[in-house]
Amino acid sequence: MSTLEIKDLHVEVETESGPKQILKGVDLVVRSGEVHAIMGPNGSGKSTMAYSIAGHPKYTITQGSVKLDGVELTGLSVDERAKAGLFLAMQYPIEVPGVSVANFLRTAKTALDGEAPKVRTWVKDVNAALDRLGLDATFSSRSLNEGFSGGEKKRNEIVQLELLNPKFAILDETDSGLDIDALRIVSEGVNRYTSQGDRGVLLITHYTRILNYIKPDFVHVFVDGRVVAEGGPELAENLEVEGYDKFLKLAGV
Amino acid sequence: MSALQAATETVASHLHPTPSFDLADHPLPTGKEEVWRFTPLARLKPLLTGEFCDAFLDWQDNIPSTVIRGEITLAEAAELGVPAPMDRIAAMAVDKAKDAVLIDVPRGAEIAEPIVISLRGPGADATAFGQFVFKIGAHSSATIVLRHTGSVRYGASVSVLVGEEAKLNFVSLQDWTDDAVHAGQHSFRIGRGAQVKSVTASLGGSLIRLMETASFDGPGGELEQFGVYFVDAGQHVEHRLFVDHNQPNTASNVDYRGALQGKGAQAVWVGDVLIRKVAENISTYESNKNLVLTDGCRAESVPNLEIETGEIQGAGHSSTTGRFDDEQLFYLRSRGIPEAEARRLVVYGFFTDIIRRIGIAEIEERLMEALEKELEQVL
Ligand SMILES: Nc1ncnc2c1ncn2[C@@H]1O[C@H](COP(=O)(O)OP(=O)(O)OP(=O)(O)O)[C@@H](O)[C@H]1O
Ligand SMILES: [Mg+2]
Repeated sequence: MSTLEIKDLHVEVETESGPKQILKGVDLVVRSGEVHAIMGPNGSGKSTMAYSIAGHPKYTITQGSVKLDGVELTGLSVDERAKAGLFLAMQYPIEVPGVSVANFLRTAKTALDGEAPKVRTWVKDVNAALDRLGLDATFSSRSLNEGFSGGEKKRNEIVQLELLNPKFAILDETDSGLDIDALRIVSEGVNRYTSQGDRGVLLITHYTRILNYIKPDFVHVFVDGRVVAEGGPELAENLEVEGYDKFLKLAGV
Repeated sequence: MSALQAATETVASHLHPTPSFDLADHPLPTGKEEVWRFTPLARLKPLLTGEFCDAFLDWQDNIPSTVIRGEITLAEAAELGVPAPMDRIAAMAVDKAKDAVLIDVPRGAEIAEPIVISLRGPGADATAFGQFVFKIGAHSSATIVLRHTGSVRYGASVSVLVGEEAKLNFVSLQDWTDDAVHAGQHSFRIGRGAQVKSVTASLGGSLIRLMETASFDGPGGELEQFGVYFVDAGQHVEHRLFVDHNQPNTASNVDYRGALQGKGAQAVWVGDVLIRKVAENISTYESNKNLVLTDGCRAESVPNLEIETGEIQGAGHSSTTGRFDDEQLFYLRSRGIPEAEARRLVVYGFFTDIIRRIGIAEIEERLMEALEKELEQVL
């Protein structure tokens, strides 16, 4: 049983006109076995939260804490956070020319496990994971994300999720830009991951469609740098109909 | 000198001084000239004055019997169409070397094995000049590696005349020890429908300054020009490219990448492309990327496009000089890869992208080995 506990998280980003506060006190607890959906308007700070938990250098945490099983993540380097069990599927996965998907995955797996994966089973595992996400085997020799279509990049994030199998995964709009089949394929990947029973998911999305495939246990409404409302799946249905108006007013935005 | 003058076609471009075989047309540079302003001239002095240039490079090759090796006079070289020197050192090389080594791949010959010519410098105090003419016969195919090792002050003129429909893969590897000085000119003339891939890899040496030119002898020629360079503390590595699209339906693609590390490491890349009025339907792209690994390095990157006709398929260039891409490092590290390892991967990827296109296992391995050594130093 693991817990990811975000407490009173305040985050700033450096801008030309000085630091700008984006997160204004986020509180959120995710336990293993739970799926939490986060919905909120553009620019409300969802990606900022995801990135700052993962340790992106662009963001400065000015207050609050993020603990994974009691371990303070904010004091750890980016790779140490991953080793602690955190994974971030990015809204815009980065291209790394000349580094093959296979090389990248093997290096990551080795770093996380502290030992190289067994050659024979690993290649099979990689190809199987690619195949499950509808990517053919040639992807493993291609440069990481380079020239991948938007949807292929998102699928590749889930390939990584399955192979690296972290304790907690933050999925930042993994459903955006996916066609109907890809949405199902990606959702199935996430469900395989959660079906282990002891993994936690923080699913950032704009659309309830993905929530038909991945059933959230909790839905949080994110407005102006904080969580302003929480509920079950019905809250997402509600948002679909009524939009964020009510919550924006509530937050005084 | 009339044959030589006839062979010298003036380049209309404002980007370049007038080429000439006559040394008198290339006065001693002061360092203020556009083409010399980045270069530390003091280190080049013996190559500019031509004094005490009695040394020779040790030569080894595996030239097969189908390929003819001979010597020709300057007049004969000009007759073959060797491009005129663009700067004083190339002119000095022609002047001092007198005769040129001719490597002649006969028409239609298909040479499967890479031809490797290894030149070894006798020592940093020696000064030598060399003149090479590679004649690649029409419809032939060959891979040629010109490999430089050891140390010397070396001024070179290398001309590569590629016949119609020929396929050439040409590698110039500057694998000198750290005190070598190497300057000069490498020129391609590309025949109708010929395909040329060139790789210039500059690893060692105190100073390397290569003027690399290309022009076309007929429509349809294609040039792919790749470059890799590692510049360490105190080193100066300069590649000055000039692609002259003087024929229609020709294509060029230039991609040079370098890494700099250590105090006083300096890289210069100048990429000039001239698209002449006759050069309709051509395409060209040139790119230079510099990865600055430590403080105290300087990279100059100057792409120039001069376009005299709009009737082309495409023309573009890009130039980037920078440190590690934070986003790339973050992405790799977010998967658990430690920082040093992530940096290694990024630099490795940056270069293997080019190295894997060379297609000569031995050279690829040598470059990967040099890359590994480079990575060890910095990370
Ligand atoms: N360097 C910066 N300078 C100024 N503002 C910034 C900077 N970086 C981020 N921001 C602002 O921070 C806010 C939060 O951005 P963030 O990407 O976290 O939003 P989001 O909720 O993920 O939005 P979306 O739903 O569109 O993905 C935005 O208003 C954004 O413009
Ligand atoms: Mg976002």
